[in-house]
Amino acid sequence: MKPRILIVDDEQEFVDSLSERLAIRDFDVTTSSSGEDALEKVKKYNFDVIILDVKMPGMSGIETLREIKRIKPLTEVIMFTGHAEVETAIEGMKLGALDYLLKPCKTEDLVSKINMGYDRKAKQEERIRQAKASEIMSSPMSALKE
Amino acid sequence: MSRKFDRAGEAGLQFYGKMTASMSHELKNVLAIIKENAGLLNDFTCMAEEGGMPVDLEKVKRVTEKIAKQTRRADGIVTRLNRFGHSIDESSKSVDLWDLLEFVVALSGRFASMRGVTLERKPPASRVTVTTVPFFLENLVWLCLDFAMGVAGTGKTVGLIVEETKNGARIKFTHLEDLAKVPPDTFPAQRAKVLLGALNSELAVDVEAQEIVLTLPESIGG
Repeated sequence: MKPRILIVDDEQEFVDSLSERLAIRDFDVTTSSSGEDALEKVKKYNFDVIILDVKMPGMSGIETLREIKRIKPLTEVIMFTGHAEVETAIEGMKLGALDYLLKPCKTEDLVSKINMGYDRKAKQEERIRQAKASEIMSSPMSALKE
Repeated sequence: MSRKFDRAGEAGLQFYGKMTASMSHELKNVLAIIKENAGLLNDFTCMAEEGGMPVDLEKVKRVTEKIAKQTRRADGIVTRLNRFGHSIDESSKSVDLWDLLEFVVALSGRFASMRGVTLERKPPASRVTVTTVPFFLENLVWLCLDFAMGVAGTGKTVGLIVEETKNGARIKFTHLEDLAKVPPDTFPAQRAKVLLGALNSELAVDVEAQEIVLTLPESIGG
């Protein structure tokens, strides 16, 4: 299955061109132009990696990140930032973002971070599956609790 | 007078920093769009060279138009930045008040958009000029606008009106729905007070009319 990506940025033309480039690189891309809209999509669909702009009108990148992590803790988030907001991006990493990138960034760097996020999420999901399986093996009744 | 100007200059530095940081951020966004679109053109070329996929000329045309559009946008930002830099050149000058207001609105566009506020402008029937310190007046108008955007309320609109008066001119910031909700001594704050003094101007906060009115003398020396 292709890695599922959500790009969240209020610069529509940036979102359009970046999504086209990532689609060429075989990613399954969805876009969103605000934090509020992104959260609706996060509730409905399972994304592997979210690319999130730090500065947006309405709900800020940090607020959006906090909510994403509350709704889907395993979804990886890469923050997109201008040079003046690096501290905000670091705050984002403290809240669970995988990493941040300065705009404009090299496509290879972005793709490498997306792949890193995809792998990390897949490994974490696998660990959770294994933990659940071993719990069921050691105590079969626990499966009934779910 | 010079001490008054020094203090206004300190306020001006903060204004200058805020505006140039905002413009550079906007430029970064434009560059990011240009870079992604140039990258797309490169992707099309690679797909043709390595994958034998024919180049879709319509797509190429669409992408080059986007690059041209963003180049025009960048040119607009740099022109604004240049004019802003030059507004410090003259300590006293006759300015077209509507033109100055439009310029500050253009500088503030990103801040208004971040707050989801629309700046509704009504041009005067005829040209209104005052002799003033352009940079200080830009700073003062920005402080008024910044405050006004914060009290725009649910309407999310700030009306801007330039009018000629008997002894000069005034700028009205209207539709301030939440003006009554802020404590009376909130605005003008210290920086605005310093600029009001340096420009021999006055500011009236009319809670009932939901507006603030900046009144300027015909000439700063007058």
